[in-house]
Order: sequence, then C-alpha cells, then structure tokens
Amino acid sequence: MYLCYAFECVKNAANSFAMNLKNRSLVSITDFSKEEQLYILSLAQDFEKNPVRNLLENRVVATLFFEPSTRTRLSFESAVSRLGGKIIGFSDVASSSMTKGETLKDTIKIVSNYCDLIVMRHYLEGAARYASEISLVPIVNAGDGANQHPTQTMLDMYSIYKTQGTLDNLKILMVGDLKYGRTVHSLLMAMSQFNTTFYFVSPKELMMPEEYKLYLEKLKLSYYEHTDLNEYIGEADIVYMTRVQKERFSDPLEYEKTKNVYILRSEMLKNTKPNMRILHPLPRVNEIDVEVDEHEKAYYFAQAQNGLYVRQAIITSILGVI
Amino acid sequence: MQVNAIREGTVIDHIPPQNLFKVISILNLHKITTQITFGTNFDSQRMGKKALIKIEGVFFTQEEINKIALVAPSAKLNLIKNYEVVQKLPVSIPDKVSGIIKCYNPNCVTNHEKVTTLFHVVENHPIMLKCHFCEKVMTEEHFIFI
Repeated sequence: MYLCYAFECVKNAANSFAMNLKNRSLVSITDFSKEEQLYILSLAQDFEKNPVRNLLENRVVATLFFEPSTRTRLSFESAVSRLGGKIIGFSDVASSSMTKGETLKDTIKIVSNYCDLIVMRHYLEGAARYASEISLVPIVNAGDGANQHPTQTMLDMYSIYKTQGTLDNLKILMVGDLKYGRTVHSLLMAMSQFNTTFYFVSPKELMMPEEYKLYLEKLKLSYYEHTDLNEYIGEADIVYMTRVQKERFSDPLEYEKTKNVYILRSEMLKNTKPNMRILHPLPRVNEIDVEVDEHEKAYYFAQAQNGLYVRQAIITSILGVI
Repeated sequence: MQVNAIREGTVIDHIPPQNLFKVISILNLHKITTQITFGTNFDSQRMGKKALIKIEGVFFTQEEINKIALVAPSAKLNLIKNYEVVQKLPVSIPDKVSGIIKCYNPNCVTNHEKVTTLFHVVENHPIMLKCHFCEKVMTEEHFIFI
C-alpha cells in the first residue's frame, strides 16, 4: 500500500499529534480532527506490520460493556493484550453493580480509580459523553445506543483506504438500517471530510435521518436516496451493508416488516465497478448471502481484522505511549 | 385592562401570546415576591397580537434574558428606573442552553441519570438545538421545558 499525500503530512507531524491525543477521550468521531484521524490511520498501518509490542506494560484498560458485544469487546481486549496491557471489566450489565441500582456516574467514578483508560459500550445515547465528563481517565466510546461508535468509523475509514488507495472523491452506498445504525451516521460524518458522494438505500421506515442529510447539504455534498438496492450498486466504490438491528425496535412488527428487505447476492455484483468492495460492521444476520463471502469483492472479514490495528493505534495514542 | 406603570424594574414586551406562560416559567417568575403584571393579546403593529410582562424591582442578567430567546426571539426588554425607560435590550439567542429543556430523545442519558441537560444552538432561524450528550438535533416543536 502506498501512503497518500495526506498520510505523509501527518507522519511528518507525528510528534505534535501524539502530544495532542494524549489523555483525550474519544466519544464522537468529531472529537478528533481530520488530521488526527489520518494520524491514527497511519499508526494503524504500523501496527498492521507489527501488532505485537510491549507498549502497554503495567497499564490497565477497563472494558465496561453495559450492552452485549462480541467482536468489539474482543477486538479491544486483543488489542490491549497484544501490547502487553492488563484488562479489567465486565461484558454484561448483569455482572455489574448497576443491577444493585448503582448509577452510571458512580460506576465510572469508581472504575476510573482502578485503570488508565475506560472502553465502554452503553445502551443509552450520550452515556459515553457523560462518562467522559466525570471520569478521572480518558473514555473510548465503543458504542452508545444508536449514537456514535468512533473506533468502528476509523476502522471503516482504514478499510476504505486500504481497498481504494485513497479516501478522496469516493462514492459510498449505504444499505439497510440508516435510521438507527450508529455506524452509518459516524461514517457519514467522517467521510464527508473527503468529498464523498453518498447513496442511501433503505426501507422508508429506516431512512437516513434529516439531521444527517442537512449536514451534507450544508457541506454542499451530493446524496441520493432510493428503496431499491439495484438502483445505485453499479455506481459505488464501497457498498456498506448494515443489519436491521432488532434491539433498536420497540415494535416487533416493524422489525419483522423490515428485517429481510435487502439481501445482497452474488448475481447482484455482476455489473459493479472492479474496485468496488463490500463492507459490513458485523454481526451479519442474512443481509449478505453466505455465497458472497467467497467473492473477491467481499471485504467484511478483513475489515473486522483491521479493527485490531486501529484500536491499538487509538489506545496507544491516548495513553501517550507511542 | 388598565396597567399601572412601574417605578423600577423590567418590562418584557413583544412576547408571542402563545408563549407567555413559557416565558413566565423559564424566568421562574412564580418565585418572585414583588408585583408582577402580565397581559396578553394586546394589538401590535409588528406582531398582530402580543403579550407583555411588567416586573417591579427586578432586573435580569443577560444570560437569564437570553433563555427566553428560545420561545420569544422577538421580545424586547425595557429597563425602568424612576418611571423612565433607561435601556432597551433585545434578546439574543445564546450559544448554549443549559438546564431548562428536556432532551426529546427518550433514550438519551439525561432522561435516565441525574444530569443537567445541555444543548448547543446549531441554527438560529428556525432555532435548532443539538443535545450535548446524545447529539440528537431538535426543533422548537420538540422543546419540553423542565
């Protein structure tokens, strides 16, 4: 992979970025500037070449998962372990003192005495921002309800860069749950810094919220909406598939109506661009047919692996050990 | 209605009639013990109909005044001393709004933990607020005053 001009710039100024990121929380993708995001991606390249280093010796990272997660939690824990750090925390709210009625505030105050960094996922939107304002140590948001998931966004950016060789002037097709899907909201905000054209394909009930469309309009970026997946697939450099998330629906009937609307199959990839790649934040249910897994344009498993390097880059930057 | 002039205090004029009681609530006027007069549906050349409030012996800080900009951006304050208007102040929309509005997102942390709400004003016309915590943007029809 060749370094793009922007990456070269951030590498040259690496010391100043490293200084700036130390002890900073990462709650929303906009908490890091465009240059800081690119710096993280350039560090991720280094970690991909050499992911096992003893940079976190004697450091403790708490992973507090108030909402279940497999890959995000394991990816963070693997990232810390490979760098020689220790992990404390819980993977289920049932095994925390929240079941005894403890407030989030008290949990964060206490845990922040025991560790150098908190990685947290919470079912309430804004929980990570609130935690970052009461915690003694930096917070990395691993997902707060339907709001933000910035480390996923940066691994998506890294995957886009790796597959396209650039982040500039790309056409991104987002498919599925665009209303509740936090990954698409964060990715939209991040990629809007690179003159991206967006295509939104979703059922009417799960369309991209107005606030994000307004955001693009203010930046004078183009976006197109449709309910048919075949309409724009031939235009796209990246097809970003998402799962319709059962846990975000209060009405089970609404979930049943929308869950199987889009299923990406191999034959739909025939007239797509040669450079097009399929991304998915995972877990997948049935929105990508398993036969697509073997297709050269399927990138979602490699994308998940990229998460490890990006999270190593984020953790070491915030802890000031790189 | 015959309304007596006040000797010293504040007159809040040009309040949209439908938001008179919201202004009273935002400024916590029910806690003030001096004489307060308010009236509504007065004829106004500029607004058609307007409401006004006269508060004896009370002056507000700019921060307090700006809170009412959310519901009465057209309001004007007249500061009265010795029965004379000594200063006229327009309200201006603040950059941040703290503790007076609930977030309309039921899944926002501020609706579950004891957190003082905070919003960033992202648009002035029409006014749009972004929750500092859950980042949802809301317009005036979603404002619920605490």
